[in-house]
Amino acid sequence: MAIWCAHLSIDRWLLAEGCARGTGADAQPHALIAETAHGPRITALNPAAAQAGARRDALLADARAVCPTLATSPADPAGDLAFLEALALWAQRWGPWSAIDPPDGIIIDVTGVSHLFGGEAALLGDAGRRLIARGLTVRAAIAPTAGAAWALAHYGPQPAIMHGGDSLDDLPVAALRLDPAVNLLLRRLGLKRIGDLSEVTRLALARRFRNRHNPAANPLIRLDQLLGRVPEPLLPVIAQEVPLVQRRLMEPIRHRELLDRVMADLAHDMARLLEARGEGARRLEAGLWRVDGEVLVRRLELASASRDAAHIVRLFAARLDDVDAGFGIEMVRLRAPWCEPVALSQRDFDAASEEHGTSLAACMDRLVVRLGEGAVRRPVPHASHLPERAQRWQPPLEPQPASQGELAFHERPLKLLDRPEPIAVLYATPDGLPRRFRWRGQVHDIARAEGPERIAPEWWRERSSARLRDYYRIEDEAGRRYWIYRAGLAGDGRGGVPEWFLQGLCA
Amino acid sequence: MMMTSTMPLSAPQTARWQPGASAAAQHAELFAPGGEGAGAALALALARDHLRGAGDPLADIPDERAWLWVQDKAAIRLSGRPYRPGLPRELRHRLIHVAADKPDDALFAIEEGLRCRDLAFVVGEIAGNPRALDFTASRRLSLTVERHGVPLWLVRLDAARDLGSARMRWQARSAPSAWPHRNPRAPGSATWQAELFRARSHPPGEWTLRDEGGALHADPMRYTGPPHHGDLVRAPIDRPLAAG
Repeated sequence: MAIWCAHLSIDRWLLAEGCARGTGADAQPHALIAETAHGPRITALNPAAAQAGARRDALLADARAVCPTLATSPADPAGDLAFLEALALWAQRWGPWSAIDPPDGIIIDVTGVSHLFGGEAALLGDAGRRLIARGLTVRAAIAPTAGAAWALAHYGPQPAIMHGGDSLDDLPVAALRLDPAVNLLLRRLGLKRIGDLSEVTRLALARRFRNRHNPAANPLIRLDQLLGRVPEPLLPVIAQEVPLVQRRLMEPIRHRELLDRVMADLAHDMARLLEARGEGARRLEAGLWRVDGEVLVRRLELASASRDAAHIVRLFAARLDDVDAGFGIEMVRLRAPWCEPVALSQRDFDAASEEHGTSLAACMDRLVVRLGEGAVRRPVPHASHLPERAQRWQPPLEPQPASQGELAFHERPLKLLDRPEPIAVLYATPDGLPRRFRWRGQVHDIARAEGPERIAPEWWRERSSARLRDYYRIEDEAGRRYWIYRAGLAGDGRGGVPEWFLQGLCA
Repeated sequence: MMMTSTMPLSAPQTARWQPGASAAAQHAELFAPGGEGAGAALALALARDHLRGAGDPLADIPDERAWLWVQDKAAIRLSGRPYRPGLPRELRHRLIHVAADKPDDALFAIEEGLRCRDLAFVVGEIAGNPRALDFTASRRLSLTVERHGVPLWLVRLDAARDLGSARMRWQARSAPSAWPHRNPRAPGSATWQAELFRARSHPPGEWTLRDEGGALHADPMRYTGPPHHGDLVRAPIDRPLAAG
């Protein structure tokens, strides 16, 4: 979709004057003028001036001769362009992608979005309504190529929607977006309509304009672009936020140290903001709002993109020497209007972990890398009633498997030996409580004991000769608590005299 | 730093240690015999005591941070690995266990754990007096604890009281337990004899500590005399010349 603001400068002047069409200042002949080498020249004029005989591009002196009451005000081409950029961004409401078409048009890619507005005609109507509501005189057109849309917007009927079979042969050659000199040449050659061009042999046109490589000077290229035979790259308008941080101060500050503190805070905030965007600042603007309404602006340009807060503070320190705080500064704002990408870099990984600590995942990674996969694990419950099988080990950060609630009928030791150690036990009866045992060369007199807790072997996975275990929780005369068991019973027919083992250390 | 430097050195010594006294993260060392579970059990009891004191009582979400238990090979051989069903209920699902081959690796793992603020605390278990665990290593651990605020209880199994920079140094062993209600012939709740022989902010003392339903309970035994600061010089140990 191409939108042409037919009287952009005059519309903006009207909006600035704040008067409706044909009333107030617009009722009198008025022209916008630009200074040139030969004196002021008219760049745009209102309908009253045009009626009075003034012409665009005429020298003001000539126009005054025709229309002595012509009022003037200076033209603002830079403002027009900025307005057009803003308009192009705003026009992205109708399509995801838009480009400006200087000096007074915009082009929007509406491929595949018209159904959101209820069809192409409704889309075009919506665009026209909204732009008129903004006080702009516009002509809009939808066509398969940007060139065709431009041609229809400027020279076609209104509203114009071009469909597949439509022909643009009736439009004047000026609709090809050619330079005025080429337009003049074509007119002199008698080629007034686009249809006339296609009647000329293509070879003849190519030879006539063989050394014109600029599309605006070569009607053949423009014709191909119009018909979509060659691509036409356009530069899209992309909204870009300017990083901005500010501090409103509870009390106006009048002293340099406090201002330095605020600048340091702002530089730190700015550094974080830029880091999040992966950018560095090339130009920085510090605005200081004084209580009396004065705004002091200090600009800074950096040789290369940087987001080093300390560096920024140091550079601004020199620029703030001549600041007159007056009755105090109540707000400080820092902007970075020009940024360049600076890749995030990971410096001093070790120093950062030294300073700020590591996350759990990073900590586990470092442990596993140095100690090996099997060294860092976490115990998880396993469905088995054999004590050494009741826990399994898995990597530390994996989710723990769902398990049945653990029954707390019996107390379990705090630690389990990797392999039960045989002990020599003195007992009153082979099946009764132990009295005394020797473990690691030391004799322990058993003062108190609890048991037995009988744990049968898992017959479905062990051999038939596996013996049951009778566990005892014991405490010796010094208060040391252990978990011991007797493997088997006397006379169970699965071996000789039952052996005793120490398996766990209780708390 | 400024606070401590302006305080007289003797002032903090006035407060006698009691359960729940240490809210600040610190590096504590527990010397314990290898053939019993007293060292690790007391470390866990002190850690739970610390968590209870340091946690926010009004927090909606209970503290579910993991904790690290680092053992070297000799300690595993001497006293076994942690057994999940026997651990305190609120700690058992949060345990991450590190089995290090050598004391150097164990010290590395402990230090890495102390740097990770996602951990609630770290328990280290190292057997004997390895060369790697000298005063410098101990000081490193103390500084890391103070910098990152993750407390450390380092259990020293069968170790001589060598030079160390731990803020609290305990000697722990099992003690006969109190009579349980149910079965008078059965062992009761865990009880330990703990001697605080060197502490920066508390006078030394000796207690019988008991774990009663998850809370640490202390019965003072007696007040010991002058503090023992540990041996200033490592005891001569026979070792081959080739070992350096």
